Amino acid sequence: MDFAQHLPVLQVIIPLLAAPLIVLLQPRGFAWAATTATAFFSFAVSIAIAARILAGDILHYEMGGWFAPIGIELRVDAFSAIVLLIISGAAAISLVAARTSINQQIEHHRQPLFYAAWLLAIAGLVGMVVTADAFNIFVFMEISSLAGYILIAGGPDRRALPAVFKYLIIGTIGATFYLIGVGMIYMMTGTLNLDDMAQRVVGIEDQRPILVAAAFVFIGLALKAALFPLHVWLPNAYTHAPHMVTVFLAACGTKVAVYVLLRFQFTIFQSFAEHLLQFALFLMPLALLGITVASLVAMFEGHLKRMLAFSSVAQIGYILLGASLMSDSGFTASTLHMFNHALAKGALFLAVAKFATQYADLRIDSLEGAARSMPLTSFAFVIAGLSLIGVPGTAGFISKWQLIMAIMETGNMGFIMVGIVVISSLIAVAYIWRVVETLYAIPTDNIPASATNVNVKSEKMDLLLVALMFTVAMNIYFGLVPALPFTLAELSSQILLQVKF
Amino acid sequence: MKLFEFLGYYNYWVFAVLLMIGFYAVIAKANLIKKLIGLSLFQSAVFLMYISMDKVEGGTAPIIKPDAVDQLYSNPLPQVLILTAIVVGVSTLALGLAIVVRIKERYGTIEENEILDAD
Amino acid sequence: MTIIFAIFLLTMLVITAVAIVQSSNLFVSVMLTSIFSLLMSINFFVLDAADVALTEAAVGAGITTVIFLSALALTATQEKPNSSGRGIALVVVGLTASLIIYATFDKPRLGDPNAPVHQHVAPYYLDNTMEQMGFPNVVTAVLSSYRGYDTLGEVFVVFAACIGVLFILDARTGTGPMYVARQMTGLRHHLIPQVVARILVPFIVLFGLYVQFHGEYGPGGGFQAGAIIATAFILYALIEGEQAALRAVPRSAQLGLVICGALLFGMVGVLCMIMGGEFLDYSVLMENPVTARQIGIIVIEAGVGMAVCGAMLSIFHAFAARSAGDTHETV
Repeated sequence: MDFAQHLPVLQVIIPLLAAPLIVLLQPRGFAWAATTATAFFSFAVSIAIAARILAGDILHYEMGGWFAPIGIELRVDAFSAIVLLIISGAAAISLVAARTSINQQIEHHRQPLFYAAWLLAIAGLVGMVVTADAFNIFVFMEISSLAGYILIAGGPDRRALPAVFKYLIIGTIGATFYLIGVGMIYMMTGTLNLDDMAQRVVGIEDQRPILVAAAFVFIGLALKAALFPLHVWLPNAYTHAPHMVTVFLAACGTKVAVYVLLRFQFTIFQSFAEHLLQFALFLMPLALLGITVASLVAMFEGHLKRMLAFSSVAQIGYILLGASLMSDSGFTASTLHMFNHALAKGALFLAVAKFATQYADLRIDSLEGAARSMPLTSFAFVIAGLSLIGVPGTAGFISKWQLIMAIMETGNMGFIMVGIVVISSLIAVAYIWRVVETLYAIPTDNIPASATNVNVKSEKMDLLLVALMFTVAMNIYFGLVPALPFTLAELSSQILLQVKF
Repeated sequence: MKLFEFLGYYNYWVFAVLLMIGFYAVIAKANLIKKLIGLSLFQSAVFLMYISMDKVEGGTAPIIKPDAVDQLYSNPLPQVLILTAIVVGVSTLALGLAIVVRIKERYGTIEENEILDAD
Repeated sequence: MTIIFAIFLLTMLVITAVAIVQSSNLFVSVMLTSIFSLLMSINFFVLDAADVALTEAAVGAGITTVIFLSALALTATQEKPNSSGRGIALVVVGLTASLIIYATFDKPRLGDPNAPVHQHVAPYYLDNTMEQMGFPNVVTAVLSSYRGYDTLGEVFVVFAACIGVLFILDARTGTGPMYVARQMTGLRHHLIPQVVARILVPFIVLFGLYVQFHGEYGPGGGFQAGAIIATAFILYALIEGEQAALRAVPRSAQLGLVICGALLFGMVGVLCMIMGGEFLDYSVLMENPVTARQIGIIVIEAGVGMAVCGAMLSIFHAFAARSAGDTHETV
């Protein structure tokens, strides 16, 4: 069996088929170990795929041996490759770090089910990315969504339950809207394969069902991507989920929906120039509003996780702003930011998880002076925060700079947009600074919320801390040597902007 | 023929109406189980739309009759898609109900406004 | 004549839907939903979708109702009146409706054999199934072979729901203590249901097996079969009580069925890869590709049936074995 040939499939079936086996692993710690190993295998496959893509290939795979559009086709190109790296990388790092935090939050006898759900989430997300069939995207979207609901509902915080219920309702409405859109396109073209659809849509793109279909697909995916103003499920879901789950979901959950959204827009609806222009005009103000409003709300938010969740909504705004510019550099910025934000947010939430092992209350005011007993974690938080803001030397800077340059290319309107980007970055400085200031504060009396979970008063060197340090180091590394993600991002934008006929 | 055409449009309008009824129930009702029922109506409406697409006038179910030539068959593809979608819908529903049961146990109520007030 | 009947059915669907939403008694709503599913299933049949009709009846009208009722028993049966939020809801709903109606006007006529939907991919399936698979049910062919990957995804969606319900409701499997409510003795004191059910259960299982193995020749297949067989066991549980049902099919067996079913499907795919083809390319399994495909399809349908049956049973028992008001400390 030639592994290289089967890479796209292996990416999906390794986590998928491992999940039922994990459920059987009852002894303590085995489920975690097996899941982490599987995640690392997945990551290895993603790296292999990325290597092939950088060498110039595009990977095709016909499921069941049937040619597209009769069967389902898998298609991996540069855009898919970078998203795959984000997903499997985030999974691997968050799983390695997960043990102590999950042991603290979820009972042992339920852990095999929990870790199996985590693998299903990974499988669902990568499944959405590698496939080239519209209905297949729906199936894997539902796998990842259901697994996501299970992961979020797992923790001890009862507020997670209404949050996940709301997410379930909104997520299912989103998926169903997507299904309606795909159904209408199918009704007009007779095929479900994305490339085939793109070809068959030419000539009938003005007809109403196609336009309505585009609207439904967009709204459905926007709900899943938490695009402003459809982001309402995100803050509570991220805040009350188990901490390691937030790390994983914040790094890659909504980005896959953005990936599918951009794929649809730029593969199928590509040929209508005016449609694309309308899309840009529609998306740009939404993105700008999202960035502004979410950043402002984050500034006034008192709970650490919820503040970071709103910050995530703002960052999705940046990604979509880049995409709405319809230019090569715009897309490069957009894709690059997906990667860099995953690194920055992942690191921030890892720091939060580490704080949570020692402190029960994660409201910012309750963490006053924490830097004294958790110096490494606080330092990591500072660096990750700098990356989020976009300070030179960090990964975040590279993508923000690219975004600003892309905006400048568009001319006069550009100044307003650059202004908004800069102002929102300053707001980010404000909310990160608020946390840093509280962490390093030296109060006249003594420290914050007492540790109710763990009795250690000092910062234990465990896998979580190691993973955190590693991720922070990655932030700096990709800030100084951005070649890898940059090349993939450039290749992606070329693919998305290609006219196919 | 006219009647058949009317049926085509009627099918589609019923889909739109059912979609609206289900969607309304999901958004406007506060009771969590009512929301889930609305969600299931909403999804059923979408199934109706897909299956309406598959009908061929004068056709029959797509099970090949070996001795009949020139037999028209209805389209098998939407049926396959909806088979999958029905099962996905039931799975989501089961998970949603499990969450509602837990909410009832930990909050004592399943009305959304009461839950929001409790936190 | 059929057209009048179809129009009548569609109207009944709308009326039932309105009744479902308006009713404030949740029990009534759930039962009406079951009727709605049945009407929908008949409508599917009128539209020539036989497999889908069977699935909607088994899964939609059957399993969904049972799960809803079990959940209702654990929560509440009456909805409290609440009138806030109606305005926004009507606006949003109205917008979506107008969007859809807007799209009505250019769509192809229902039943037109020249519509784009019936060109391109569908004729290939209809023309080539007999030759490539050797059996007449095109829907099963598409489901298990041409688009088998979607079906794999679907089995894992069911698996996800199963572990999700078990996880959230904290139903223990294996040798751990079981949460079984004290008064679960079923309907033993009611003679007529007991007699009738006892006669019915074996026939239901037999029918389920028939649907499983004849999925290629007529409407049927793994999903429907799994749901039907699960229904038989659920009927047994309702009549004889939870404890008897859990002795008959213990929790570990239920979960085992799901895991084995899902893995069976996956392993067939992997086996195809090992033997040189693509994932789920059954034709490499044996010398004759047509026979190979038939064997592959039978095995994966069995996997699907097992997984769905096990999952439905696990979900039902997770709800049914709890009683309202119990706290869940370890026994």
